[in-house]
Amino acid sequence: MTYYLRKLGFYVVALWAALTLNFFLPRWMPGDPVDLMIAKLAAKGPVSPEIRHSLELLLGTDSSRPIFLQYVDYLNNVAHGDLGVSVTYFPQTVSTTLADTLPWTIALMGIATIISFAIGILLGQLAGWKRGSWLDNLIPVTTMFQAVPYFWLALVLLYLLSSVAQIFPTGGGYDVNTVVPGFNLPFLRSAVYYGTLPALTIVLSSIAGWMLGMRNMMVSTLSEDYIVTAEAKGLTRRRIMTTYAARNAVLPSLAGFAITLGFVVSGSIITEQVFSYPGIGMTLMSAVQNSDYALMQGVFLVITISVLGANLLVDLLYAVIDPRTRARA
Amino acid sequence: MSDVLTVTDFSVDYLGEQTVHAVRNVDLTLGRGEILGLAGESGCGKTTLAYGINRLLKPPAVITSGKAVLHSREGTDIDLGSLTGEELRAFRWDRVSMVFQGAMNSLNPVISIRAQLEDIFSTHRPAMSKADRRTRCGELLERVGVDRNRLKSYPHELSGGMRQRVMIAMAMALEPQIMIMDEPTTALDVVVQREILLEITRLRDELGFAVLFITHDLPLLLEISDRIAVMRAGELVELAPAAQLYNSPQHAYTKLLLGSFPSLTGERAAG
Amino acid sequence: MAALTDPAVVVESAVREKRRRRLSPKLVVGLVICGGITLFGIVGPFFVGDPQKVDNIGLTPPGSGHLLGTTQTGQDVFAQLAYATRGSLLIGLTVGLAALALAAIFGVIGAYAGGWVDEAFSLFSNVMLVLPGLPLMIVISSYVQNKGVWLVAGVLALTSWAGCARVLRAVTLSVRNRDYVAAARVSGERTWRILCVEILPNLVPILVSLFVFSVIGAILGEAGLAFIGLGASNSWTWGTMLFWAGNGLALRLGALWWFVPPGVLITLFGAGLAMINFSIDEIVNPKLRDQTRRTRRGWKASKEQIAVAEEATK
Repeated sequence: MTYYLRKLGFYVVALWAALTLNFFLPRWMPGDPVDLMIAKLAAKGPVSPEIRHSLELLLGTDSSRPIFLQYVDYLNNVAHGDLGVSVTYFPQTVSTTLADTLPWTIALMGIATIISFAIGILLGQLAGWKRGSWLDNLIPVTTMFQAVPYFWLALVLLYLLSSVAQIFPTGGGYDVNTVVPGFNLPFLRSAVYYGTLPALTIVLSSIAGWMLGMRNMMVSTLSEDYIVTAEAKGLTRRRIMTTYAARNAVLPSLAGFAITLGFVVSGSIITEQVFSYPGIGMTLMSAVQNSDYALMQGVFLVITISVLGANLLVDLLYAVIDPRTRARA
Repeated sequence: MSDVLTVTDFSVDYLGEQTVHAVRNVDLTLGRGEILGLAGESGCGKTTLAYGINRLLKPPAVITSGKAVLHSREGTDIDLGSLTGEELRAFRWDRVSMVFQGAMNSLNPVISIRAQLEDIFSTHRPAMSKADRRTRCGELLERVGVDRNRLKSYPHELSGGMRQRVMIAMAMALEPQIMIMDEPTTALDVVVQREILLEITRLRDELGFAVLFITHDLPLLLEISDRIAVMRAGELVELAPAAQLYNSPQHAYTKLLLGSFPSLTGERAAG
Repeated sequence: MAALTDPAVVVESAVREKRRRRLSPKLVVGLVICGGITLFGIVGPFFVGDPQKVDNIGLTPPGSGHLLGTTQTGQDVFAQLAYATRGSLLIGLTVGLAALALAAIFGVIGAYAGGWVDEAFSLFSNVMLVLPGLPLMIVISSYVQNKGVWLVAGVLALTSWAGCARVLRAVTLSVRNRDYVAAARVSGERTWRILCVEILPNLVPILVSLFVFSVIGAILGEAGLAFIGLGASNSWTWGTMLFWAGNGLALRLGALWWFVPPGVLITLFGAGLAMINFSIDEIVNPKLRDQTRRTRRGWKASKEQIAVAEEATK
């Protein structure tokens, strides 16, 4: 039980750190984002005092109110989902924009990460199990993929498979002309078709990391005493490989999930831009291009919370797989 | 006494830039229900010999000569060297089981004791019903003096002594003819060590399996074994009944080994 | 006394080990690739023309005076590549060193000090680790117009040290409890001396490996930032080249010579560093060395012998 409490406590602290960073960043930075945003907003329509106040809370201003009270008000606003108004998608609020785009990213990255993790772990397991096999000798080659910048690979794939071969669409999340978003088959089919190439990019770039880590741990695990015990017990090769070797070897990969996920998130944000994918990464890009600071802060917050959530899930899964964590913590 | 295992002219090499002859032309027999002690300093090839007999060696270790033949209860001879693939897998643990040195690391840390015990039955006795498996696992644990409730424990929740008892319970699971024990009590404190040794001799008397007991601790062997083999640099230098080896050692190395232990243990061994 | 002789023995055996084993092919390939690219970055800019010089020979394919062709505005791609290589390597090196320094402060010192310092440092590193780096970089960079190279390097270092700190902490914790460190402490050696003389040498392979990782991370991170237009102003890196190539629709116009070289260099350099890391891993963890094809050849065993021996493990 203490393990879960500790983990939960940690993520609460991390969440608080993210919120605080989000509050102070615009205040520390040079320039006056509030004036800039209000000028832009005013060009698009009337700016009510409420909008102005909420932006001031988010981005900081030289108001006479003590910073601590501003901080409390800010937390209160965020807790109520008030993240200001977006310039780019005026008059939409930041929260609405995020709610529209986040599902796309979570679906794309979630599926791509699971596929990449599953295939990478499986191949790494086999490569470590059969040392010196062709798969094992392939490992150094796969690091090439790890070193390719996501966006470059994305552009190359886009060029080869959309422009030259014209197998996949050149961008977007679904076919805007023929299908209507919602839970209907044509839309889902279209979304899968449009998402394949971005997902392929993420999988290709991230799979080598999982594979190499798993292969190295597999090699280390195979010299453990309990593997010899399992062999002497006359268990089948398959059972030794999965329940005895792989189950122990996968633990460090799960423990290092946070680091790898960081790379995947970073990579796919830019990848979305390349594929004009209607997710949160592209929203961040348009926010940057339009100096839409409220939207930018909102995107950062949402990405952070999603990443924290994913890490929390993996930590909980870890405790299920490794009984020792539950006792130790 | 009829024999259960005959090892003839057995040699193992470790290949490398300089080949190491780890076991050289060893001849050995193990009687039914006998406890045969295998003594020698660390690195003399005891463990390699044991692993070699059970075909557990991995390259760069290779068996260069000799063979090990098991004389089964049914009266057939099984040449361990000729077993391949599935036969070898099915043979292991069913005829020859092992208890390893590192009590701490011989059990898989991430699955429960029950799962590790049931593994044996579900692989070797696929016809056995689930309920039978459960009861059998409980019986095995109780037989080695561990509470049945411990089945749902994980290795890290057990003490070193208890882990080694669980290993012994596993080794008995299929009622093998031979149990190879490689330094089974080395990592344990003296009191626990004694309890485990008593347990092993008691179980041997009840079930009648033969034991190949490997240790560097000669006084301990004098106490529990019927016969003792002394190994040095891969060669078997002396093989004699325990009392005879103690009272009139033939080889200079045996004398040296006996001399290096305090004489305290001698009186008990002679008795 | 035994504790004092321990490191000497370790060093001696390590030297013997090194002499016995020849350099692994992975290490040689990695060093050649990275050395070649580094040399190009150092020497290249002295031999090429002005990368900014505009000409009305836009999008000339490779050949005829322009080794790698020209950009949309007629600038020489090869000249740009030489300057970009220098720029990217400089950023990689700076960020690698800075991140390592930060990681050492929070990882090594925290773990050595123990107690609440360790708790606080490790909590801080772990929080930094789970906060996504690139979005944070993007947010920070977008507030600042006209960024210098140093600012970009600083942002990259600030957002990338945490992973290294966690590894260093774990290793330091295990080294700290070894006998000869305890002996040094008991005999009254000063803390900084113990850190520098007894602990640091043991961390060298890990530090090198982490440095290599940080450099790859920094180069990729900078390329990403520059590609979306948030790189340092007026600088040449592989990322800014790709940014201009992207802006100039190099791919859609079929100007592969403009778009491909920077990406290939990033990939090659990253792969070269990864190869070096492989070999370091194999030195640190000997288990990764055995059973490879190369060591098998060293056994001088016949195929039949190995086949028989392997039967046991099939």
